[in-house]
Amino acid sequence: MGAKKHELKLFKAYQQNIIRERKWTFCWQIILFISFFILWELSSRFYWIDPLLFSSPLKVMTLLIEKFKDGSMIVHTQVTLFETILGFIIGTILGIIIATFLWLFPRFAKIMDPYLVILNAMPKVALGPIIIVALGPGYTSIIAMGAIVSIIITTIVVYTGFKEVDPNYLKVLQSFRATRWTCFKEAIFPATLPVMISTLKVNVGLAWVGVIVGEFLVSKEGLGYLIVYGFQVFDFTLVMSSLVLIAICAAVMYKMVEKLENMLIIKN
Amino acid sequence: MAFLKLEHVSHLYFSNKTYTKALDDISLSINRGEFISILGSSGCGKSTLLSIIAGIIKQTKGNVLLNNIPLHQSDYVLGYMLQQDYLFPWKRIIDNVLIGLKVQKKVSKKTRQKALKLLDEVGLPHLEDTFPNELSGGMRQRVALVRTLITNPEILLLDEPFSALDYQTKLKLEDLVYRLLKQYHKTAILVTHDIGEAISLSDRIILMDTNPGRISTIIDVPKVLREEKPFLVRRQPSYQQLFDHIWASLNRGSETNGSKET
Ligand SMILES: Nc1ncnc2c1ncn2[C@@H]1O[C@H](COP(=O)(O)OP(=O)(O)OP(=O)(O)O)[C@@H](O)[C@H]1O
Ligand SMILES: [Mg+2]
Repeated sequence: MGAKKHELKLFKAYQQNIIRERKWTFCWQIILFISFFILWELSSRFYWIDPLLFSSPLKVMTLLIEKFKDGSMIVHTQVTLFETILGFIIGTILGIIIATFLWLFPRFAKIMDPYLVILNAMPKVALGPIIIVALGPGYTSIIAMGAIVSIIITTIVVYTGFKEVDPNYLKVLQSFRATRWTCFKEAIFPATLPVMISTLKVNVGLAWVGVIVGEFLVSKEGLGYLIVYGFQVFDFTLVMSSLVLIAICAAVMYKMVEKLENMLIIKN
Repeated sequence: MAFLKLEHVSHLYFSNKTYTKALDDISLSINRGEFISILGSSGCGKSTLLSIIAGIIKQTKGNVLLNNIPLHQSDYVLGYMLQQDYLFPWKRIIDNVLIGLKVQKKVSKKTRQKALKLLDEVGLPHLEDTFPNELSGGMRQRVALVRTLITNPEILLLDEPFSALDYQTKLKLEDLVYRLLKQYHKTAILVTHDIGEAISLSDRIILMDTNPGRISTIIDVPKVLREEKPFLVRRQPSYQQLFDHIWASLNRGSETNGSKET
């Protein structure tokens, strides 16, 4: 009886220790967050940094509130979010579709191999001007930019995943005279689902890169456009505000994909 | 007339640097309804032979004929139970069992019922909704057996199907497989390391040599043993005789091989 009580006490202590550790970490994260903004504000006030170039948190906040009130910031955020989400989805899905074709037609895959390597090594944003010429200056080009940065890497990662599936699963299906497509559907695809899910997280980050660069190049709307515009008219408060918004949106999207990932993994 | 016929079948495995001769000049005729067992030491090419008959790998030389038609042109249903179970971990047991029928687009209420009945018969009732990783090795092996049986194959190819089972379960399943095969007059080829199992189930036993894999002897099982149920065969006086004979032949085979290597 006494021994059991003692064990329970130890267990409680262990749990409390974990909770304490978590609180402590969180505290420091908050402290760091606040001190960053305080330091930024102070250094701007006392001209340790040039307030014209680096703005200040208060100015950024005032600008954000004002722009959200008149609705203009909402439009810009919406445009960028829309482009990023679409670019992300298109890039991921197209990548998986191409990988599927590569697996279904091994000869085709062998032929394509060196081209995939080159395309992968190439900095995709360098294609920006060509995409704009081809698709015209507008949403389409920017979404294409968001997609193109993730397509090739998704293709390569997912295709490698397909190839690594234990061939004995295929033997089981082949013994029932399954076609290659059935083998894909019943064994390859489900076995590689974890790989595909893990590419989602990478692709979210890549889509942001593509879209912001795309907006730098052509757009008349969006957060990337605001950064360029702010830079041109020397309004660095606007630049900083856009950066803050991008950071928030990207983090939220990343977290959402992470949630989706957990959900999918549990389901499988 | 032979139902399944192998004519001078040889197989080489190629890799970038070298090749292995797994099978050398295998010729064999099997009649409809016959039960054949293959005995031979590890690595003599038994699994390779079954994979060729199942049409999963193509032999480098020779012909495999089913009813006088080349294997890949015939539309007979073959059932191949691989040496490892390879159940799909993401599918429930029932879906694993029905995968063959699904591939052949033959899933119906009736086949589902049949699957549940077979699972019950192999001693796995009420497990249809669990996932493979919740089962033991022997249980998984039985699921794989049901997955093969359910497609009602004309030829059943079994690669050590009972290796992970306790003695009692093994005898029970031998009985079940034997009963099903005889009832529907099906042909079967069984790979095993258990001489007793080979004797009690088969009409003929093929002994194989290693390096390269070759047929050394084909033994006809006496009629008295053939007509007895597997479980009772082991009590017949001629069973022990045959057992000793096979044992001696297998030993001789491995000795000559050993001397060749040294
Ligand atoms: N995929 C492969 N690639 C190359 N060599 C192989 C391959 N599969 C089998 N072999 C070789 O072919 C020979 C026969 O192998 P096989 O699996 O048919 O033997 P087995 O008789 O089934 O053995 P066991 O009783 O251990 O299952 C072995 O020497 C093995 O190394
Ligand atoms: Mg084997």
